[in-house]
Parts: sequence; structure tokens; C-alpha cells
Amino acid sequence: MKKHLMALAAITAVGTAVLAYLFLTKQITPARASSQAHDVDRLFSVLFAIASFFLVLCLGGLVYSLIFFRRRKGDESDGPAMFGHAPLEVTWTLVPLAIVIVLAIIGAFVLQSVTAAPKEELDVRVSAFQFGWQFNYPNEGLQTNELRLPIGQPVRFTLTSRDVIHDFWVPEFRIKEDAVPGMETTLRITPDRLGDYWALCNELCGIGHAYMRAPVKVVTQEQYRSWIEGLKKEKGS
Amino acid sequence: MRNPGINVLSIGLVRAVPAGLAAVAAGVGLAVLIRRAVGAPGWNPGPVLAVGTLTGILAYMVALGAFNYWVRWILAGKRPEEAETKTDLPRWARYFSFDLDHKVIGVQYLVTALIMLLFGVTLGFLMRYELTSPGRTIMGPNMYNHIMSLHGINQIAMILIGVSGLMNFLLPLMLGARDMPFPRLNAFSYWLLPPAGALLFASLPAGGFDTGWTVYPPLSVQAPLGMQFMILAVYLVGLSSILGGINFLTLVFKGRAPGMSLFRMPIFGWASMATSLLQMTFTQFIGMSFLMVLLERLVGMAFFVPSSGGNVVLYQHLFWFYSHPAVYVFVLPGFGIISEIIPVFSRKPIFGYAAVGLSSLGIAIGGSLVWAHHMFAAGMEPWLRIPIMITTVLVAVPTGVKVFAWISTMWMGKIRLETPMLFASTAIAVFLIGGLTGVPLGIVPADLYVTDTYYIVGHFHHTMFGGFVFPLMAAIYYWFPKVTGRFMNERLGRVHWAIMTTGFFTTFLPFFWLGLNGLRRRVYDYDPSDPFQTLNIVSTVGAGLLVTSFFLVAINIITSAIWGLRAGANPWRAKTLEWQVASPAPDENFETPPRVVDTPYGYGRPGSVHAIMSTGGAEGDN
Repeated sequence: MKKHLMALAAITAVGTAVLAYLFLTKQITPARASSQAHDVDRLFSVLFAIASFFLVLCLGGLVYSLIFFRRRKGDESDGPAMFGHAPLEVTWTLVPLAIVIVLAIIGAFVLQSVTAAPKEELDVRVSAFQFGWQFNYPNEGLQTNELRLPIGQPVRFTLTSRDVIHDFWVPEFRIKEDAVPGMETTLRITPDRLGDYWALCNELCGIGHAYMRAPVKVVTQEQYRSWIEGLKKEKGS
Repeated sequence: MRNPGINVLSIGLVRAVPAGLAAVAAGVGLAVLIRRAVGAPGWNPGPVLAVGTLTGILAYMVALGAFNYWVRWILAGKRPEEAETKTDLPRWARYFSFDLDHKVIGVQYLVTALIMLLFGVTLGFLMRYELTSPGRTIMGPNMYNHIMSLHGINQIAMILIGVSGLMNFLLPLMLGARDMPFPRLNAFSYWLLPPAGALLFASLPAGGFDTGWTVYPPLSVQAPLGMQFMILAVYLVGLSSILGGINFLTLVFKGRAPGMSLFRMPIFGWASMATSLLQMTFTQFIGMSFLMVLLERLVGMAFFVPSSGGNVVLYQHLFWFYSHPAVYVFVLPGFGIISEIIPVFSRKPIFGYAAVGLSSLGIAIGGSLVWAHHMFAAGMEPWLRIPIMITTVLVAVPTGVKVFAWISTMWMGKIRLETPMLFASTAIAVFLIGGLTGVPLGIVPADLYVTDTYYIVGHFHHTMFGGFVFPLMAAIYYWFPKVTGRFMNERLGRVHWAIMTTGFFTTFLPFFWLGLNGLRRRVYDYDPSDPFQTLNIVSTVGAGLLVTSFFLVAINIITSAIWGLRAGANPWRAKTLEWQVASPAPDENFETPPRVVDTPYGYGRPGSVHAIMSTGGAEGDN
């Protein structure tokens, strides 16, 4: 009995260490292009690292039993009459309970961090339709079909839809929000990596859903300003 | 098999199908005439076919004989003396008639579910095949959306039907009852389903629907005519589910054999109690939300579409208020099955009986308060996010209790790895992955990333396969002798298990990576520059194996029912009541009610018996 428990403990310790190390060090997600992305990825790493303990413990116990506790040929007798073990049962109720409560608290703090409203925000109004996006920079009086954002500048997207439900998602920014007809929703992103991305519709919206996307460019402040000025000139002429 | 003396009209389905079809035509005709009379254009497929569907179902149920007893009661003014048990029909014909025996009804349910399962996995494979290359592979985006949506709702209906089938066949036997408390209601619940299945199949030629199984307006209000077929089908399945829930709950509380206290029930009894409670309490919400969509489509009532004054988020609350508890309806009976099979094949008592039994109720109650975690990104009230996050992660606790208990049951046991045990232990592993990958979905900021991606699709296929499909397969191999008196073919069963397990993991493990890397769910296509193609091909190969495995089990069921090895009353040496009667289970479950004296899990305790069977029952061999 003791020998088997020691074996399982060893398997769990080694397996958890390996898996948790991998989850905490390897990036299994696309590039991180917003401050929110760093928070979300760190959260995922922690969640997966904790999950790997339970995964290895349970899968280990299961496979170990299937290998080492097989019936011998011809043995028709029963196993030991173990009906339960109160301290053990209390432990495996209370420990997970404590862990999930801690996870929920961590989740609440991360949620706070990724939805926090900084002072100087760039307002972008996003209007979704079957099957495309329109972006409105109200402070500049401009409407565009592509999104350009200056790096390091917190952005407040105000989303709505002209027809059915859509969802505004740039995978590299991580968090998303539905664009809902008849109401406005808010998504806050602070881009922090230069590059070209896609804004995708992430809520089934009909035949063109897979192709509903718009280019997103994260550029420097100067490039952003000159892009805005160029558009204004174009509009004026 | 064939009895030359049988009058074909005594078979219910032979009367019901033509009557139903004729009534559809009559209803359509009537609706056209009424529309003409009030000055509207006669032909408008939506409302006209809605009337036809309702008249058709009514006539079908009448011709089937579903109302005979109640009508005779009303006409005579007192309860009819003799119940119309149609035991003069040969066995095979009873399966096509309004039969009252819970064992017949259980098989009817399960065969229906298996047919729908084969249909559903075939649709799933078509979707997977489409995704093996960017651009069009075998179908256009419209057809893809229709097949994807039909796959979803077909599998949901299939699971509800399968769950009812398992509970129908097993629960009265396990609890030592003669039959269900309301046998006519029970048959009525089943016979609502064939028209539901027909409507689902017909939705595709009727124009399909492209909303997924979730039917979110405004898309569902604009969707083609197939949407209406699907809504009416779900309505029938839901009604059946509510009536079934009432029946099972009554059985658990009022139908147990003498001596069977709640805490002497097999765990499957607790699981059924929790499932029935959810079915009876929450199914109304999906019925109501779908009915509101139907009315918005047919007569323009303004519930959800904002341009006419509605609110789309309201729909999602109503919908998930059922549809989250529904996933516990799907998995709790599977947990019950695992809890039955693991002790028998480990020769050990279930570890921590009370905790395993009560955790079903814990999951049911906790699971009722988590619906809005499907809506974290949906524009709902932001203050709801944190309370729902907390309730959601709490559900992990009773679920964990079960997993720990199953593994502890196997620990130090004397395990026999026959097919039921292979499937039951694989179910634990699969569900474990499903459960652990579910925790990030409860944590709001993590969910905001992966919601509506393939990560979600991977997660819920793990929970549905681990919570229902693998346990269902375990149940089929385990209880087949009790249904037919024969064993399933063990060698084919092992091949089936190996292909299904390989196929499952090959199909669904890649989904987690795909989702984390940005593959959205429900998309027809992806960009050639996306890193998705290789894993989509791998997954599709897995899906091919998986679909093959389901056809293998179908072949195994059919051939074993005819040529399988004969099984004795209690071939697995189990202690629960259904194994203490002959195989196949006799028409009259128990000649006299068994007297329950101890737990059904007294393995390893010398001389422990669950119940004293008065007479007859198990004839010697085990």
C-alpha cells in the first residue's frame, strides 16, 4: 500500500514539475501585442501549471491502477473492502475548493487589470456589419475600413453592430467583446508591439463569417499622426 | 421472427406515419384556405407549414394510440378496468408500437439515439473534411454552416434521448420497481421523438439553418425555413425531456423497493435524481426562448430583435439558463454509469459512497447558477462577471470529488480489463482533460481570450465524450446481456475501443492548440497563411477513425444480438438488482418485490448481499 502511494507521489511530483515548467516557460500562443495579452498569457500559464498537478495525479493514479492492480488469472476474490476514508475525502474536497477560490480571486484581479480605464484614451468606435468592419475615429472625424493604432496608447473601442451579433477579436490582443445590435459594448486595449494583425469576427454571423476581417496595424505615434493627416487631406480635397 | 398471423395495422407506427403525413397535408390545406379567406396570399411556407406540423404530430400521436386509454377513461367516466398492455404482439412488433414496458421503451430510446449518433458523427466528419484545406474542399460556406448547426443540435438531442434510454431501461430494475410510475406518460415521452428526428432530418432540405445550435437572434430570426423545423423539433425533445424528468423523479422518490433507502441506492439512482431534477426544472427555458424566436419569425412579435424594440442579450440569458444545466443533464448519468462499472470490475466498493452520491446533487444545484459564463464577452451586465466566475469554479469541486473517488475505487482493486471497464476508465481520463481545460473558461479574463475558439470546441467535446459517449459505450457493453441475453463480441469490442480512443484523442487534442493560436470556432475557412492546416488534417484523420468506430459498434450490436455468446443472469458478478433477475430481463421485472438489506457495493465484505430475492430470479449460474 505504502509502496504504491510513494510511487504515485513520485510520478505526480516529476510529471507536474515537467509539465508546469513547460507551461510556465514555453509560449503556446501567438505573439503578444497588447499589455492585456501579457496579463492573459501569464494567467493561462498559472492555470495550466496548476491543472498539470491534477492532470498528472489523476491520470497517473488511473493508469497506475490499470497496470499494477490487475486481477491475477483465476483469482475470483474481491479486493479489500475499503468503503471510504473520511480525512482523505475532506482533503480532496477542501484543497480544490481553496485552490479554485484563489484562482477566482486572481482572475478578478486580472480582470480588473485588463478592463481598467486609463486617463488618456484614444476613442475608436467600431461598427460591425455582415460582413465587414467600419472604424470611426470621432476625435479626428474620420471613418476607415482598416484600423491603425499608435503603440503604447490605451484605446477604448466602443462596439456596436448594424445587423446581427458580431465579435471584435484580434488574437494578438487576446481579449474580445461582442458587437451587439441595439447596444454599445466596450473593449480596452493598449497595443504594445508594432506589426500587422487582423481583426476577426468571432461570433457566427452568417455565410461570410469566416471572411469577416479587417487589417489592424500597430504603428509608431509619428506614423499614426501622418496617417491621420493624410486621410484628412484626402477627405478635404 | 415473422409471425404470419399478425395484423400489420396492430403495429402502432404503421398506423401513425400515414395518418401523420395525411394530417400534415390537411393542416397545410386548412391554413392556406384560412389565409385566403382573410385576404392574405395563400402560400407562405413558414406559418402554413407550422400549422401542418402541429396537425401532423397530433394525428400521428392519436393514430399511434397514445390517447386511447385517456379517451376511454373520459368516455366511460371512470378509470378503465384493464390496462391495454399489448403483450399479444410479437416482441419485435412491440418496438414499433405504443408499448408500456420500460425495457421496451428504453431500447426504443437507445436505438433512436444510436441512429442519431451515426447521423451526427457523419455530419461532424463532413465538417472536418471541409477544413482539411483552405478554401472550398467539398462544400460551400452555406452548406457548411447548415451542417455544422445540424451536427450540434442533432448531437444535443441524441444525448438527451440516450440519457432517457439508459434511465428507462436501468432505473426501474436497479431500484426494484415493476415499471415506471407513469407508464403511459413514459411511452408518450418516447413517441414524441420520432417526429422530432424527422423534423431535424427534414430541416436540411427545407433550407437548413445557419445559427449553430444556439439559435442566437437576430441571425435566427432571419434564418431560412429550416430554422422553424429545428425549433419545433427541439420543442418536442424538450417536452419529452420534461415529462421524462417527472417520471424518473417520481420513481426515485416513490418507486424504490422495500428496504432501499436513498443511501442504499446505486449511484446511478442519485445521478438520475439530479438529472431529472434539472430536466424538469430548466427545460422550460429553452422551450420558451425558442418559442419566442418562432413567434418573432412567424408573426413579428418583438422580443429580441433591437430594430423592433427587442433585446438580444435577453435571449442569451433565457437560452443558457437551460442550456448550461443541460450539460449536467448530459454528463450526470454518464458519471452514474462510471460509478456502477468501476466497482464491479475493480471488485471494490465505490470509495466514499455518500460523497459520490451527494456530489451529483451538488453539481446539479451549483450548475444551475453558472449559466452566464457563456456570456462573459456577450455584452451582459459587467457586474455579473465575478459572481458567475465564482459559482462556475465552485462546480469543479463536486466534480473533482467524483474523479478522486473513482480512482480510489480502482486503487488496490482486482481490476478486470474487459470492454465495459476499458470504456469506463477511458471516460475518466477524457473527462478529466475536459474538466481541467474548463477551469480557464470559468476565469473571466482567460475566457475572454479563448471563448468562441477551437479551444472551447475541444473542451466540450472532451466533456461530452468523457461524460456521455464513452460511458454510453461502457453501458452498452455492460448491460447488453441484460437486454438481449447475449454478450457483445469482446474481440470486436476491444478493436472498437482502440480505434475510438485513438480517433478521439487525434481528433480533439489538436483543438486546444488550434484555439489558443486563434482558430475561431464555426468558421468555414481559414487563411492559407494561418498555421492551421496540418493539425486540421491530423484532426480529420482522427475523425475518420472515430466515425469508423461508431459504425463498428453498430455492427457489433446487430451481430451480437443475433449470434452473441449466451450470457447468464449475472455474468459480471455484480450486486445491483438488475443482475439478480434473468437475462434478458423478464417481462415482469420481479415476481415479488426484492427486499433490500445492504449497500449495492459490498465487495470484499464476506457474505454481503444487496437484496434478498424472494423467489425465482437469478437461476444459479453467474
